[in-house]
Amino acid sequence: MSRIHVTTTINGDPVEYLCDPEETLLDVLRDRLGLTGSKEGCGTGDCGACSVTMNGRLVCSCLVLGAEAEGAQIATIEGMAKGETLHPLQRKFIEHAALQCGICTPGILVAAKSLLERNPDPTEEEARYWLAGNLCRCTGYDKIIRAVMDAAAEMREAS
Amino acid sequence: MALDTKSETRQFTVVGTRPLRPDGIDKVTGRARFGADMTAPGMLIGLVLRSPHAHAKIKRIDTSAAEAIPGVHAVVTRADFPVIGDNDFIADILDNCMAGEKALYDGHAVAAIAASSGAIARKALKLIKVDYEVLPHVTDVDAAMKPGAPVLHEGRANETVPEGMSSNVVARYEFGHGDIGAGLAGADRVLERTYRTEATHQGYIEPHACLAQMGPDGQADLWCCTQGQYMVRDTCAAILGLKQGQLRVTASEIGGGFGGKTTVFLEPVALALARKSGRPVKMVMTRSEVLRATGPTASSSIDIKLGMTKDGRITAGFAELRYQGGAYPGSPVEFGAMSAFAPYDLDHVKTVGWDVVTNRPKQAAYRAPGAPMAAFAVESAIDELAKGFGLDPLEVRLKNAAREGTRASYGVTYPAIGLEATLRRAKDHPHWTAPLGSNQGRGVACGFWFNFGGNTCVSMNIAPDGTVNVIEGNPDIGGSRASMSMMAAEELGISYDQVRTVIADTASLGLNDVTDGSRVTFAVGLATIEAARDAKREMCKRAAMVWGIEEDAVEWKDGAAHPAGPNAGSHPPMTLAEIAAIASNTGGPIAGHYEVNAEGAGVSFATHMVDTEVDPETGAVKILRYTVFQDAGKAVHPAYVEGQFQGGAVQGIGWALNEEYIYGADGTLQNAGFLDYRIPVASDLPMIDTVILEIPNPGHPYGVRGVGETSIVPPLATIANAVSAASGVRMADLPMSPPKVLAAIKGA
Ligand code: FES
Ligand code: FES
Repeated sequence: MSRIHVTTTINGDPVEYLCDPEETLLDVLRDRLGLTGSKEGCGTGDCGACSVTMNGRLVCSCLVLGAEAEGAQIATIEGMAKGETLHPLQRKFIEHAALQCGICTPGILVAAKSLLERNPDPTEEEARYWLAGNLCRCTGYDKIIRAVMDAAAEMREAS
Repeated sequence: MALDTKSETRQFTVVGTRPLRPDGIDKVTGRARFGADMTAPGMLIGLVLRSPHAHAKIKRIDTSAAEAIPGVHAVVTRADFPVIGDNDFIADILDNCMAGEKALYDGHAVAAIAASSGAIARKALKLIKVDYEVLPHVTDVDAAMKPGAPVLHEGRANETVPEGMSSNVVARYEFGHGDIGAGLAGADRVLERTYRTEATHQGYIEPHACLAQMGPDGQADLWCCTQGQYMVRDTCAAILGLKQGQLRVTASEIGGGFGGKTTVFLEPVALALARKSGRPVKMVMTRSEVLRATGPTASSSIDIKLGMTKDGRITAGFAELRYQGGAYPGSPVEFGAMSAFAPYDLDHVKTVGWDVVTNRPKQAAYRAPGAPMAAFAVESAIDELAKGFGLDPLEVRLKNAAREGTRASYGVTYPAIGLEATLRRAKDHPHWTAPLGSNQGRGVACGFWFNFGGNTCVSMNIAPDGTVNVIEGNPDIGGSRASMSMMAAEELGISYDQVRTVIADTASLGLNDVTDGSRVTFAVGLATIEAARDAKREMCKRAAMVWGIEEDAVEWKDGAAHPAGPNAGSHPPMTLAEIAAIASNTGGPIAGHYEVNAEGAGVSFATHMVDTEVDPETGAVKILRYTVFQDAGKAVHPAYVEGQFQGGAVQGIGWALNEEYIYGADGTLQNAGFLDYRIPVASDLPMIDTVILEIPNPGHPYGVRGVGETSIVPPLATIANAVSAASGVRMADLPMSPPKVLAAIKGA
């Protein structure tokens, strides 16, 4: 079984890797590139812990093949803060205690960022439906939704 | 350890505020390292082969073809583990981690492999040949109790079980006082009902994962996601014949546990593979393995007999509880039997609990283990009787509520408790009187949990620049590092930012019991406060030395040593940082310590209120509004207290409405994935409102009670009561999934 050579961009960095044809993007990120911020909660597209964006589209990286990243722009949780400056969503998640264990947090932040890029002024219901693919077992989502709404408000004011 | 007498009036400066958690940045940037995020040079990947049968004799395992694959470095079966003597507790854990003579449930581990890559391991796993003799199975608790049911083990029943019962019945418990017959005779109505709940899984998003290394000298290191690194150490050492001091266990960040990570599944297997291969071995479960082979909670079947007068006084309460806890003894039925009537002050009360084994995975603790099912039954019955008499369900509960001095159904006499306070606050809350629309209904129910203290050990190091480290031994599962730093700062009189709390591995600090029983903020908090007091005594001593006065002429105030008393003389106060800076010249480093097996955890009560809408066309139940009223004793970090209330309530909502283990006729689990085992998602829910009551726990210096578990106890009945109010049908069988609710509506 020969490996596939992939040239891609992850969080703005040029990246090359060899992967098996059936290897998922999540496995490539975690096991080959050491980007363990994306989590595997299910491997079947049901939990959202592995959320990344690919060419601006929110995807479950456990459902994307590593080979499909060829020529793409991938963004993961590791690229969300700019240097020392956290993204407003990251800051609001800490301020609102929107994480308990934190395993769902990277995926939810990536998904929420993707929401706010499309819809800077979501209703609570829109936020709840957008995040319905991201499971959190600890928080009951209350503080997560509050953090997202608050970050959205702050980002609207700043822009 | 008693409540400081001043505590009720004490003005806290740090406790009760909402500072940012110290591990927050790691967790929002992806830097935090969870169980599966660790690697080691030369690491192998370990995988487990699992039984496809619910019950089967393992006649032969042939691993030769798998071993012949290049890249396979070790294969283990039960033959690779030492025989455990007469310690049933450890023997059962081993048997659950690696089956012996029989596979006892679908998903039971029968062999494991370590290979140089996951792909090779997967390929080799398929080449292990297991010769099974399939046996009849049983997965339902009532069926398993019947004479003639397929038997899992012979001879496991303890002396409490009467002769002549199925061998699947392994223990009987009984609690209560008074005379049930006499109590029921005094009732205006006696309700008899049977309630059933299905097994649910803790559903932590992080699957079990570990990385094991072991040298030929017997020294081993294990990294894993667990609720208790010391429990892992002691259990693995017992299973593998290692010395506890030679096995160092480091707890990773933990992606949820809820009780499900208070035991081991992969860890002994990974160590055995590491021992055999001489290489580090990493193992990570898939979601399907988590659901099939780790510990969900028990399913239950409960008979209730409840007598009430027409003015709402409960004259007697009786419950017979049958819980199946999977393939080994140890279902949480004892806690169910103890907690069923714990919120009420009853003259006549009796509970009987039966622990039953079935061909399901060995249950593990799940948040207030055993209590939610019992509360579902009792609180549903109270609601039905109260409604029948046209009484206000909150008033009925107030009329019967346990208070200080009440003798609980499980034997203790309560000190100051908060049940009444939660009920009164619920009654005054605008939620209680808000208007409802058509097909909508409101429900309330109460819940109780014991809380726990346990073995705890904390060190506190004062650095030369006056910053402070708290060293504790319990994984931070929901913000506890922040709470410890807060209590340390409060006690030392310094700012929160000067304290950093870290979690030690098993070699670096004395034994700490697992993060369970809502014990951490209580017991580790108590030990942190006492370690701070120990450090303060030392700092006062150092100041006394500098001032040339007696130690007892120095007192600690506002973060500094002050001369006090008639003979102290006058000296400018020395701050913590000033004392720390000259520690080398006054006797060396300064540290505080405290070790305790903590008691006095302080029981906890909650009242929940929900509005639901039941769709008469589909039977779907929508949660419209939810409010939690719970006593926290003292909320150290109120945001994380609210988080515990909300998280527990939503797990309860899942249990009530969607979640269940579904077994096929062949005894295999039919819904081993998050698509079909459906936990609540954001769009299912409204905001979860919380009201924190603070009735100080006399057993803690700041009045803290555990808060983590009680919140999952009331929701099942709260929602069933609301569904009854909305639709007129009384659901006694969980989950209240749309087809069941629809059938009940159609049948009504
Ligand atoms: S791991 Fe990709 S959706 Fe769960
Ligand atoms: S914070 Fe634990 S799963 Fe979301």
